[in-house]
Amino acid sequence: MKLSVWTYEGPPHVGALRVATAMKGLHYVLHAPQGDTYADLLFTMIERRNHRPPVTYTTFQARDLGADTAQLFKTACLAAYERFQPQAMIVGASCTAELIQDDPGGMAETMGLPVPVIPLELPSYQRKENFGADETLFQLVRALSRPIDRSAHVTCNLIGPTALGFRHRDDITELTALLGDMGIGVNVCAPYGATPQDLTRLGAAHFNVLMYPETGEAACRWMERELGQPYTRTVPIGVGATRDFLGEVAALTGRSVALDESRLRLPWYSASVDSTYLTGKRVFIFGDGTHVACAARIARDEMGFEVAGLGCYNREQARMIRGLARDYGVEALITEDYLEVESRIAELAPEMILGTQMERHIGKRLGIPCAVISAPVHVQDFPARYSPQMGIEGANVIFDTWVHPLVMGLEEHLLTMFREDFEFHDDAGASHHGGAATPRAPDPAPAEAPETGAEVIWLDEAERELRKVPFFVRGKARRNTETYASERGLTRIGLDTLYDAKAHYAR
Amino acid sequence: MSAPAPATGCRDVPVLAERGQHEVFCGLTGIIWLHRKIQDAFFLVVGSRTCAHLLQSAAGVMIFAEPRFGTAILEETDLAGLADAQEELEREVDRLLSRRPDIRQLFLVGSCPSEVIKLDLSRAAERLSARHAPKVRVLNYSGSGIETTFTEGEDACLAAMAPALPDTDRRQLIMVGALPDVVEDQALDLLSKLGIEDVAVLPARHADSGLAVGPNTVFALTQPFLGGTLAALERRGARHIPAPFPFGEQGTTAWLAAVAREFGVDQAHFDAVTAAPRARATRAVAQAAEGLRDKSVFFFPDSQLEIPLARFLTRECGMRAIEVGAPYIHRGVVGPELDLLAEGPLLAEGQDVERQLDRCRAARPDLTVCGLGLANPLEAEGLATKWAVELVFTPVHFYEQAGDLAGLFSRPLRRRAALRLEAAE
Repeated sequence: MKLSVWTYEGPPHVGALRVATAMKGLHYVLHAPQGDTYADLLFTMIERRNHRPPVTYTTFQARDLGADTAQLFKTACLAAYERFQPQAMIVGASCTAELIQDDPGGMAETMGLPVPVIPLELPSYQRKENFGADETLFQLVRALSRPIDRSAHVTCNLIGPTALGFRHRDDITELTALLGDMGIGVNVCAPYGATPQDLTRLGAAHFNVLMYPETGEAACRWMERELGQPYTRTVPIGVGATRDFLGEVAALTGRSVALDESRLRLPWYSASVDSTYLTGKRVFIFGDGTHVACAARIARDEMGFEVAGLGCYNREQARMIRGLARDYGVEALITEDYLEVESRIAELAPEMILGTQMERHIGKRLGIPCAVISAPVHVQDFPARYSPQMGIEGANVIFDTWVHPLVMGLEEHLLTMFREDFEFHDDAGASHHGGAATPRAPDPAPAEAPETGAEVIWLDEAERELRKVPFFVRGKARRNTETYASERGLTRIGLDTLYDAKAHYAR
Repeated sequence: MSAPAPATGCRDVPVLAERGQHEVFCGLTGIIWLHRKIQDAFFLVVGSRTCAHLLQSAAGVMIFAEPRFGTAILEETDLAGLADAQEELEREVDRLLSRRPDIRQLFLVGSCPSEVIKLDLSRAAERLSARHAPKVRVLNYSGSGIETTFTEGEDACLAAMAPALPDTDRRQLIMVGALPDVVEDQALDLLSKLGIEDVAVLPARHADSGLAVGPNTVFALTQPFLGGTLAALERRGARHIPAPFPFGEQGTTAWLAAVAREFGVDQAHFDAVTAAPRARATRAVAQAAEGLRDKSVFFFPDSQLEIPLARFLTRECGMRAIEVGAPYIHRGVVGPELDLLAEGPLLAEGQDVERQLDRCRAARPDLTVCGLGLANPLEAEGLATKWAVELVFTPVHFYEQAGDLAGLFSRPLRRRAALRLEAAE
């Protein structure tokens, strides 16, 4: 047993639901108790889908357990086929149905339905949502695709985008255009928008683009082995990664790289003087492994931030993330316990968090700005406007998204200049965010017991001076000073220590 | 005292009982409001990752607050019997209580998986109670989907509290049901003005509220889904005051009148106390209900509030009910409501969601009251909807909220009228 307050991933059948909901012409019969239907609202509310997910839940109750839940499953399965007439069906059990061991796959097989019925074995008590999506797509591809002639023109499949994915909808559009510029067509995009019949044509593509390893890697590996299709390893999020990705595509297809950079703004925006204030901002990065790895590269190489720490919640990517952390000289945090993430962030005191909706709440509590880079998603991660993460426009979107939570460039300089001003002081917050400006509180009387760091004591005068440092760098100043003091065996921090430390860390 | 009942109500109307896919929440969802209401309680679900995900999704879509709930997620070793579930649970509870010293009541909440593997949570609660008494009281109930639908989770929670309440011989009224504090305070104020002073509330906001029960206790339900709690309080010797529910001006007046009769409040005094708020409520409802008159409404089953709300909408807002679906119809509780609901609508209990959707599409109601999973798909088909769950989360009881209640139903229609998204002609 493990106590969990918030979770980063749902159970594996929710992953299967994400695949089914992304597709057309597929129906999922899920052996599950009533209540598990809550999953529908993830799609209809968070993603604002205008159709019900193509799922029939058997919704058994306690009184059915003594009777015949197996018959209930068969009835639901048949009714679903007759009503929806899908091209193919997937069947499986949720966590509770797994315990009653009715074997939905075996039962469905004996029913002789006139369409392919693909059983899913998703161990609810061991695995999680991403595995469920990855495994479901893999089983669908394995059951439905077969070797066929390659298309006359060079085409690829886009593999991995699902319903309820972080910006998957717009990444597909961006990638399709990016590949189109190189004269490469998209054969099938799966699961997003594909039908089971489309999956039978997967073999026509010359190669696969693995968009999201979390949800598409097993399928890509299988197609590499069985259909002879190589797949791309670079996820094109960020300017450098997009260039590398196109290089990889060029190597796979023998075509030359073509990238229309006329709309690419991140490099100039980052180089322009207004962005000087971004230099060396300490960021903490947390999310799914793929998005974290991409974000780390952008943060360091394209925004000029300092990566203060990073980690991921999906253990499948733990090795990759540990390797990455070594490259960045930080310790990786691999956990699905959000309390651990919170305490790591508190300890590192970064100036910004790049995380999930969960870290956004942590940031709110700790007073640290946060931009969202990864699932799990919330309704605001499905904006009305076009806002991909991948490719050229993705890089532009990321620049805006990451800068927005911060105080604006010139404003930061003014706050530093007028730090004692009665109106233009840092408690007023950033001018482009909501919330009423709070008048500056009168300087509080020094606390009885001076605040203590790990082992060092802040003297009154230093504590007062620290309060004059603008809020967005105060955490860093406190931390640097304490580190400086403890490295020198000082137990008390005075005004001199504060400024000695400032001089020491000056860049 | 209130508007006359219709010549033929719905008490003896045959009910369409359906058994198919139920598109409803399970009882765990009640934790979302119960943990805000009972301010020193922690709700520990013993279940699966699905339970944790449900709570988070429900909370994420509805509210976000510092959680006083969590899930002890069962793992392979618990299921294979390799780990002693009781010991595991004790360990997790010890850790939890040492981290949260503010917790005075702990609810172990059963789930589908814990029910199926027959984990004995009442034994666990007894052991843990003995271990952590007197500081923390540990109770258990089931919020599993195989046994409870949505609001029945609150019923199970309150029913679990009833046997543990101390005895009293006091002549008192207990108001039963979790209401937002502001509404609860309004109700207590009205009762006090009527001269009914010894009033307690279940659930109390804190463990040390002094709430007790006994043979001289009478109680009135403020929510129609509390049948199990009703039975549990009767077992403690308390007596139920049957009444319509305090929705709208008429419902509130009828509810108060039933309580007033029990306490011998004279009519003149009753009228004097209620006249002003009744008039305010009537005015507010009339204003908010503009646009609801003569419109049709169709209820999908959700919270068991459907029958009282259909009564409110048909009698006070001039709507016509086509179908009133409820997950469960407890005649002992909603009988007085059925008497007031004029014959006409189809009453449905349970659900076969596909068939019900067929009926709804055929009827094309002006307003469909349904769960979150159905609302956007129906909107996309051109049907105006009201999310049922908002009716459970918004202060809607008693006089001062009667206008807000009508407003919840009229807003989707006003919004449709306000949007001009087509090209000008």
